[in-house]
Amino acid sequence: MPERLHTPRRLPLGAVLPLAATGAWAAASMTGMLSGPMAVSPLEVLTTPFLDASGRELWLSLLATMLRVLVGGAIGGIVGLMLGYAAGMYRVASLGLAPTVHTIRQVALFAWIPLLTAWFGNGEGTKLVFIGLSTFFPLFLATEQGVRGTPEKLVDVARTLKLKRWTRVSKLYLPAALPSIYVGLQIAVLSAWIGTIGAEYAIGNGRGLGSYIASARDQFRMDIVLVGVFALAGGGVLLTTAVRSLTAQLSPWAQDQS
Amino acid sequence: MTALAIEHVSKSYALNGVQRPVLNDISFDVAPNEIVSIVGASGCGKSTLLRLIVGLDEDYRGSIIQGGVSDTKAAKVGMVFQDHRLYPWLTVGANVDLAFDASNLRKPERLARVHHYLQLVGLSDYEKAYPKQLSGGMAQRAAIARALAQEPDILLMDEPFGALDSILRMRLQDELLSIWEKNRVSIVIVTHDVEEALYLGNRVIVMEPDPGRIRDVFEIELARPRDRADPRLAALKQRCLATLVGREALS
Ligand SMILES: Nc1ncnc2c1ncn2[C@@H]1O[C@H](COP(=O)(O)OP(=O)(O)OP(=O)(O)O)[C@@H](O)[C@H]1O
Ligand SMILES: [Mg+2]
Repeated sequence: MPERLHTPRRLPLGAVLPLAATGAWAAASMTGMLSGPMAVSPLEVLTTPFLDASGRELWLSLLATMLRVLVGGAIGGIVGLMLGYAAGMYRVASLGLAPTVHTIRQVALFAWIPLLTAWFGNGEGTKLVFIGLSTFFPLFLATEQGVRGTPEKLVDVARTLKLKRWTRVSKLYLPAALPSIYVGLQIAVLSAWIGTIGAEYAIGNGRGLGSYIASARDQFRMDIVLVGVFALAGGGVLLTTAVRSLTAQLSPWAQDQS
Repeated sequence: MTALAIEHVSKSYALNGVQRPVLNDISFDVAPNEIVSIVGASGCGKSTLLRLIVGLDEDYRGSIIQGGVSDTKAAKVGMVFQDHRLYPWLTVGANVDLAFDASNLRKPERLARVHHYLQLVGLSDYEKAYPKQLSGGMAQRAAIARALAQEPDILLMDEPFGALDSILRMRLQDELLSIWEKNRVSIVIVTHDVEEALYLGNRVIVMEPDPGRIRDVFEIELARPRDRADPRLAALKQRCLATLVGREALS
């Protein structure tokens, strides 16, 4: 066993726990400790999305969910960005908007679903509005805070140079708010991802990762449920990483070398 | 006719709920194409005074009147802040380009002027660099380029050469004088360096603190170009320094 002791050094430390868990899982299903209709082996989970007819639905579902996240998230995000900008910039907007937004934000996201289905029906509209809501709040708050935090000294420069209104937006307030907006964006993308799957799961119809998991559950296909859960985690990681590398590329001034 | 008339200006800041006077009854004029230097102890309100002149703070007593270029056109006031205040997210070139935002210049012309002013301060190679890639002195020079690029009628400078080594400082002083001769700009320059104040100024205003007020004004009637080694400058320096430290010596 001495080699086993050395492996953690080569492996990233974070990989140890999942690998150990998978090992234990595989051992348990091979030795028959895990058995019965609900038992699934790791190998089955790996092959199902490729070999199983219902399992293959994963890819189209994943695509549908991603599209929804992008469309709904973009709409909510842009509205959040614009209103957040107004609230950060102008006292009137802030006084008019902030109390309402801060109060509505207290409503748990999923509590919106009954209301939204009543208003928009059981279709795509409800899902998109719901996803929009899930990105609106983080981006509104982040933008508002970021714009308000613009250094006074740099505002002085804008005033002495008599910068035009749009120049102030694009070259002063938005860049100054970007670090805060990026944090908001990371929260938003995760909450959109979870929100989308939640909405799909709760509403149930149409294609999507949420409905994929829901229908697998209804057919007692634990292998597919597990595939869905792993896809959910993987998609979340993928989105967060994508946002992180995108934001790094969009702010070269924050890097050490250009 | 004056480029700038400052009459009985007083200003106080609230500190912990108490009004603390920072400037007390400041009056002086700046003639067109004149250079006025201001020296004074740290905290005597020099930066505050420039802020009032450029219009960043309108909460003061007294009056500040800018003579327009003509009846229809207001004077353009440029400012070099004590710290560079470059926008960290813009390249050096883009920072200088901000100076043209209020103008109607076309892109190629703007580009040419950005080059020109960056070259003037010795930063041609750094047009595409970000401010954090510059040294403190380089950033200050970029800020000077930004203010010059505005081609202001009145240029306010708050210790613009403070972060530079003495050779570069002398070069930029001469650069400033040649721009001043070409563009007929009125300059108010705040500095800690008495020699610099005397070398550049038509007049040197010596301020004293608590509250900030004018202690004395020296007219420097030496022809230009001046010789830095001129014994008359040295004599003036002695007098100026004596005025500056006089108060502390007494108390
Ligand atoms: N925003 C402010 N609020 C309160 N007090 C201020 C503010 N700005 C400046 N002061 C005070 O006003 C006084 C003058 O400040 P100012 O920056 O004008 O001095 P200065 O002559 O430029 O000094 P230095 O040579 O160190 O730059 C200081 O005592 C400072 O504490
Ligand atoms: Mg100062």
